Amino acid sequence: MARAAVRGRLNWTLGEVVELTDETPRVRTIFLEVPEWPGHRAGQHVDVRLTAEDGYQAQRSYSIASAPEDGRLAITVERLPDGEVSEYLVGELRRGDMLELRGPIGGYFVWEAGSDGPLLLVAGGSGIVPLMSMLRHRRASDGTVGARLLYSSRSWDEVIYRDELERLAAGSNGPEVIHTLTRSQPPGWKGYARRVDGAMLAEAAWATASMPMTFVCGPTSFVESVAGGLVLLGYPSNTVKTERFGPTGG
Amino acid sequence: MGYISRGFRGKRASEREDGRLPPGQYLEDRFPVLSAGPTPHTPPDEWSFAIEDETTKLRTWSWEQFRALPSEDIRADIHCVTKWTKLDTSWEGVSIDTLLDGVEHNATHVLAFSDGDYTTNLPLEDVLDGQAWVAFAYDGQPLEAEHGGPARLLVPHLYFWKSAKWVRGLRLMDHDEPGFWESYGYHIYGDPWREQRYAGD
Repeated sequence: MARAAVRGRLNWTLGEVVELTDETPRVRTIFLEVPEWPGHRAGQHVDVRLTAEDGYQAQRSYSIASAPEDGRLAITVERLPDGEVSEYLVGELRRGDMLELRGPIGGYFVWEAGSDGPLLLVAGGSGIVPLMSMLRHRRASDGTVGARLLYSSRSWDEVIYRDELERLAAGSNGPEVIHTLTRSQPPGWKGYARRVDGAMLAEAAWATASMPMTFVCGPTSFVESVAGGLVLLGYPSNTVKTERFGPTGG
Repeated sequence: MGYISRGFRGKRASEREDGRLPPGQYLEDRFPVLSAGPTPHTPPDEWSFAIEDETTKLRTWSWEQFRALPSEDIRADIHCVTKWTKLDTSWEGVSIDTLLDGVEHNATHVLAFSDGDYTTNLPLEDVLDGQAWVAFAYDGQPLEAEHGGPARLLVPHLYFWKSAKWVRGLRLMDHDEPGFWESYGYHIYGDPWREQRYAGD
């Protein structure tokens, strides 16, 4: 088992909101300048802490969307129904505001350019965020290892990073990007139009002989089904790394 | 107190007042899942539970033998390091006191080990005296695989990653040794009331 480098306490630090981008009607990317950011690896997350005037605080963890090479730290946040922190981050936060951050956190769900084996990424909804960090890292490091993304969204309008994914895929040595749209599809849609299932995984996944490294991120039920499906295809459990999130995820 | 977030009011639950939410936690009614990989599915007839030291298996139970041990109903609040807290969860399990009864050792720590190569470390004194169980039922039903079934460790006074899912045994150790998440920057002990989330907290 890989061991994280010994390090000191993770301290809270301030980042300034320098740009906000609406990715979909419910999802926003927050770009931050964080002078004391120690750097991160693709796939890690960061804790965000909000403090009200009376001292009341709330904390949540968010996956980092930016590549380690990017100058600004980006998190992409989905507004959850009644989400105490996400409603503030998506609805209230403005450019010039400061956010308290602590990180990076996590060292298992991490991919580094130069790793062996092709990369298989499987995302459900906003589970794309840490996987996007990996794709951006791969581009920034001119990674030659093959990469494939299978990305499940409810509709074309809810595909996060849609244009950037198209650009990445069209670039030289770009990843293969395979969408499935589970609830509604635009006219003339020729791609998948159902939840990710065993047959879809069998078509989209790399052959096990190529020793792929796999990252699956999404709501719990999605991750359970995809990770279980990959194991049935012969993917060794210890090559399938998972992250579950959301209102019904951890 | 931290930096004041302009325009943030937050939602204070009534339960916050009665002191059951550790610092930095929020209330969750559902039961989220956090696992590093695919969910193992070990059928009961292939399941066993072992108490071992660093060289020898000292005791093992088959599923049938394990389920014949005296069990207890447990009601506890659980606290996940990812910030959610769930109040008044109800479990059934076998106390670690029962599993260690009569075992001779001079251990100071235990390393719980699980299917899927997951491990987590605990001081021995934290799993004794009615503080820890191997739980096989949740809310009156057999424990589902995604929540750690057929059986998981239950140590509710520490962050919930210490309550190892799919647990298959305890190794008695004469020293402390980081387990899985502890090797990836999470706290070696994990007391939610002292907010020991990450190494050095």
